[in-house]
Amino acid sequence: MDQRPALEKASVGIAGAGGLGSHVAIALARSGIGRLVVVDFDVVEARNLERQCYNLRQVGMPKVEALAENVAAIAPRVRFVGIDEVLEPGRMTAHFRDVDVIVEALDEARSKVRLIEEVMIELPDTPIVAASGVGGWGGSERISTHRVGNLYLVEDQEGRSCAEVPLTAPRVGLFAHWQANLVLEILLGGECK
Amino acid sequence: MIRVNGRQVEHIDGETVTGLLTRMSYVFPLVIVRIDGAVIPFEMFSDAKVPDGANVEVLHLTSGG
Repeated sequence: MDQRPALEKASVGIAGAGGLGSHVAIALARSGIGRLVVVDFDVVEARNLERQCYNLRQVGMPKVEALAENVAAIAPRVRFVGIDEVLEPGRMTAHFRDVDVIVEALDEARSKVRLIEEVMIELPDTPIVAASGVGGWGGSERISTHRVGNLYLVEDQEGRSCAEVPLTAPRVGLFAHWQANLVLEILLGGECK
Repeated sequence: MIRVNGRQVEHIDGETVTGLLTRMSYVFPLVIVRIDGAVIPFEMFSDAKVPDGANVEVLHLTSGG
């Protein structure tokens, strides 16, 4: 089975280019995804390097620009659309209307809820892959996927918020790769048999 | 009766989503709520009534990413 032709035709939207989004983008680029649409308003800071897929030279660059560079250095055939904007409540789905799957990779719970709500109401046929309970370290075996309608929520129900516990590279990376793995499963119509 | 995340719960006439979340001790403010498959936007929680026989799904989200 060759999954690459189907992935080359696929387009994935990623809301947020932090710890989750930067790793999801790189994993999908390595998998041969055709197009990525990434929305983030932030710039790379030195403290982001503890868990986000950037490097010291990129400190000060807009994240979407730095991520475009990193994706191009690995997989130049990916059509990368970086949008340096804040996702505003009420129009959070605006940039994601033509993608096959949306990945929620935001930091703040309120924005997560808004994005998920707006996608579930406005784009009920577009799968959205979200993550919750990312903070801390360890506890990998509690991570699971909870599916509700078009929402695939990767969660640890006992997982703590980043307001209470630190975010660490291994656990954020686990969630990000779990999300990317779900994206492949959705795009390819199921798991690899 | 209504179902909340798979549990059978007494129906209270006129109860809103906010009322139900409080009664269920779902104190987390950041949740996605679906009633019979339809998402109820956060701004509607204090107005939207939970009908008898409803299947309510509550998903809680925490910050971090």
